[in-house]
Formats: sequence, structure tokens, C-alpha cells
Amino acid sequence: MKSRYVEEDGLLFIKLTEDIDHHETEILRRMIDNEVERYMPRKVILDFSRVLFMDSAGIGLILGRYKFCKMVGTQIEITNVKPSVKKILEMSGLLKIIPITAGYQNDFLWNACQP
Amino acid sequence: MIRRYENEMKLEFMSKSNNEAFARITVAAFASQLDPTIEELADIKTAVSEAVTNCIIHGYEKAEGMVQIVARLYDHTLEIEISDHGKGIEDIELARKPLYTSKPNLERSGMGFTIMENFMDEMQIESVVGMGTKITMRKKISSSEEEENKQETNRILA
Ligand SMILES: Nc1ncnc2c1ncn2[C@@H]1O[C@H](COP(=O)(O)OP(=O)(O)O)[C@@H](O)[C@H]1O
Ligand SMILES: [Mg+2]
Repeated sequence: MKSRYVEEDGLLFIKLTEDIDHHETEILRRMIDNEVERYMPRKVILDFSRVLFMDSAGIGLILGRYKFCKMVGTQIEITNVKPSVKKILEMSGLLKIIPITAGYQNDFLWNACQP
Repeated sequence: MIRRYENEMKLEFMSKSNNEAFARITVAAFASQLDPTIEELADIKTAVSEAVTNCIIHGYEKAEGMVQIVARLYDHTLEIEISDHGKGIEDIELARKPLYTSKPNLERSGMGFTIMENFMDEMQIESVVGMGTKITMRKKISSSEEEENKQETNRILA
């Protein structure tokens, strides 16, 4: 996972790892919440451009971050989702509460995210 | 029923979460003999990941045990059995329900069985409390070559 906080816009970009399963979510959850608490951004953008695999653990992870962000008064968005991942997101009904937003350029995000 | 299998494999590993990726990649590699499409392979990986994760977090919880996978190929079909000798499921009907989870505090979504059912053609649950759980799934694979030929034919006919 890589992330970058853009202070001028109050945006926290989070670039997720390739596999989001139960094993990975344990680590991701802590890292994302830490970053949110640290910067208290206006908006969190979860970038899925590198995510090739996700199962229901990812649904739990996103839903949990949605609740956490709501609690601390931050918006959350999802972007750059691949078809296989989108299938799961659609089935879960998650897209009804967190829409997929377009418009964040891939290479911009890539450059913006620090290791 | 006696069936002649074209191929069969067995895999056993400890109930550690870092084996989840190993398990789904291995089954996908085995299934690739049927020449599945990319989407079918993704479906298989996801269903295996769900069942294996359930064995680890629900079957064995904090204890350690072995998870077993048997996969078989016959007649363009993949059959997978994933089992544990863990605590078992008390109410299978309830467990299958979309969004039901016995562990909401762990940020589980309760979508595991729903995904297995949707991504595979068939999914059966057998479980005995105190003995363990076995999930059997089947999926017919439309060989990607056949799929291409079909598309080609349709294009010519159109
Ligand atoms: N192998 C298993 N051993 C014991 N209980 C299980 C097993 N698999 C599933 N369950 C039970 O079925 C419920 C639903 O499973 P699932 O749909 O995968 O949702 P989740 O894993 O998110 O809880 C689990 O919460 C658990 O109570
Ligand atoms: Mg599950």
C-alpha cells in the first residue's frame, strides 16, 4: 500500500495492493486508519488500479473504512476498479453507498503516492 | 455414483492466513487444464479463497489445524471439495444467508457463501458441530477456445 496526502485539496490518496483477501486486510485496515487519523483529510480516495484480486474480505474492509471515515467526518471514494473486482463490488451492494468515481488520472496517482 | 475423473489432486496445508493466496492460485493452476476464460478463472479463485478463509477463521478460529482441498476434473467440469476438522456450523440455513456473519466485530461481510453460490454452478455445505465442515463446489468450464470459435461463427453468420 502506498499513500499520499495532498494538503491543498485535503485529499488522501491510497493506492491498494494487488491482492485483497483476509490475510492482507488485517494489515491494510491498520495502515489506512492510521493515515486517516494522521492527516484528517477532507476526502479519502481508494485507488484500485493495481488490485487484481479481491474477495469478500475486501468488502468488509471497505465497509469498515466507510464507517470509520463517517465517524471522523471524512468522505470516501473508490476509483480505477478492474472488471473482476467490480463484479464483487456490485454483488455486495457497496456501490450504492460508495460510488466509483472516475477522473483521477492513473499516472498522476502513481507519481503522487509515496512508498 | 461412480465417476471416472480425468484428473484429480489433493492439497493439505496449515490453517494460516498466508496460505489463502497459495490455495487459490494452486487450484486455478490445476483448473487451467480445462482452458477456462479469464473470468472463469477469477471466479474459481474467489470461491476457493472464500471457502479456505472460512476454514481458517471460523472452522479453527484461534486454534491451528489442517485445511484440505481435493479438486477433480471431468467432462469440462471442475469439482472442488474444501474441508476442515474445526468446530462445524450449527445452523447451515442461517450461515448461507447473504450478510449473515457470526463475527461482525472482525469486519466480516457475511458474503462468503453468497459469492461461492454465485461464482460457481453448484455449492453444497456439509457440517457436523464439533467435527468439521466440507464445502463442495462445481463449475462447468466453457473452454476459451470453444468460446472463441463460437464468437467467430456468430461473426460470420451475422
Ligand atoms: N468452515 C466453517 N466452519 C465453521 N463455521 C463456518 C465455516 N464457514 C462458514 N461458517 C459460518 O458461516 C457464516 C457465514 O459465512 P460467510 O458467508 O463466508 O460470511 P463471513 O465469513 O463473512 O462471516 C460464518 O460467519 C460462520 O459462522
Ligand atoms: Mg467467509
